[in-house]
Amino acid sequence: MRGTVAGLLRKDVLLELRTKETVPAMALFAVTTFVVFHFGLNRGSVSGDLAAGVFWVTLLFAAMLGINRLFVSEREQGGFDAFLLAPVDRTALLVAKAAALFGFLSVLELVAVPAFALLLLEPSPWPALPGLIGVLALANAGIAVIGTLASALAIQTRARDLIAPLLALPLLIPVVLAAAKASTPLLLAAGPGSVAARWPLILGLYDLVFALTAYAVFDFLLDD
Amino acid sequence: MAAADEPAVELHDVGRDYGERAALRGVTVAVPTGATLAVFGPNGAGKSTLLRLLATLLRPHHGSARVLGRELPREGWAVRGRVGLLGHEPLLYRDLSGRENLRYQARLFGVAGVRVEELLERTGMARRADEPLRTLSRGMVQRLAVCRTVLHDPALLLLDEPLANLDPAAVEAVEPLIGRGAQRTRVLTSHDPGAGLREADLVLGLRSGRAVIAAGAREVTEADVRGLYR
Repeated sequence: MRGTVAGLLRKDVLLELRTKETVPAMALFAVTTFVVFHFGLNRGSVSGDLAAGVFWVTLLFAAMLGINRLFVSEREQGGFDAFLLAPVDRTALLVAKAAALFGFLSVLELVAVPAFALLLLEPSPWPALPGLIGVLALANAGIAVIGTLASALAIQTRARDLIAPLLALPLLIPVVLAAAKASTPLLLAAGPGSVAARWPLILGLYDLVFALTAYAVFDFLLDD
Repeated sequence: MAAADEPAVELHDVGRDYGERAALRGVTVAVPTGATLAVFGPNGAGKSTLLRLLATLLRPHHGSARVLGRELPREGWAVRGRVGLLGHEPLLYRDLSGRENLRYQARLFGVAGVRVEELLERTGMARRADEPLRTLSRGMVQRLAVCRTVLHDPALLLLDEPLANLDPAAVEAVEPLIGRGAQRTRVLTSHDPGAGLREADLVLGLRSGRAVIAAGAREVTEADVRGLYR
């Protein structure tokens, strides 16, 4: 399965590098939203729970753009049929798509975190960075798995652009909630405080539950 | 596993619905190993549905279907990788080059890269193999689709109007791969009664999903086939 996942992932990365349809749109959306918050909140900087809320809500909606487009090339260019004809474990598609989405989110955050620090964040981002990277990785894993599952369901419908957010957003609320709670002490104006262990644990557990659920049901989503 | 004398394709009273509409109804046919079944019928007759069903992409809703000795859909996993489907869509990514597409497919099917190069040479596509598909003509994309179809040396070829968009030179190039020269069991659809009958050992004529002709190719005339379209 490892070779199949690598092949699928390589293909998705190549397609994104050629078309530049997903990651630039996600990054542009995030930066624009920070600008809107900057003026909408009528304050030059934010910290603590407000900073965490603004940051994670923006990332969530930027991620929805990637989730919506995750299976578009498979549906529009016959990738699903080509994959289903191959004698491979179908779960490889779940793993590869989730890994691709995780990668897209990571690249998005390479742009979004500095933009957030520049446009809105009151404290310096550097001391918070190690902790923030850990929270980002856990949240990305949850968004990637749930997003892949929702996208695979939505792509089978005619109103996929509506269905994907309707399916994914309610499932992603706990991820955003836990990520924001875990990030709040890292973004305090007085400098990063200690993160309560329960929020990263909740994030990790939620990721695990959905990874196992997705593994169990994904094969059926692809079936006729 | 399939017995040596077992037909490569064996359908009995097979039906497939799309919601309320029956796309196939009561289709019964057996195709011996190595033989060619030509499927004729007007648009919407169920030809493509039949091919997708044999490729394991669709489940039969009625009747029983055996392909390469395996029962569908229960043993579909054993059939995948042994059939090659050439449909209306090339099943290739427009933004990747022909070589990238075929290498990706080769990886899925566990085929060596040398086979990709061999097929690109044989179909005359080696020179244009690094250009994105969206910049190629439909005929060139069809040649690449033929390469994809035979990449894994399938035992059963499912060909939906396989020569569409191909010029005479391309037809000649792909003949050993998907024509009689391929020496494989084939199920092909065609709107050209003359060409289709020349290729066929068996004929299936469909109208509104029902088999109205099911006979040996020698027993069917071009006029019989043309009658399906009236």
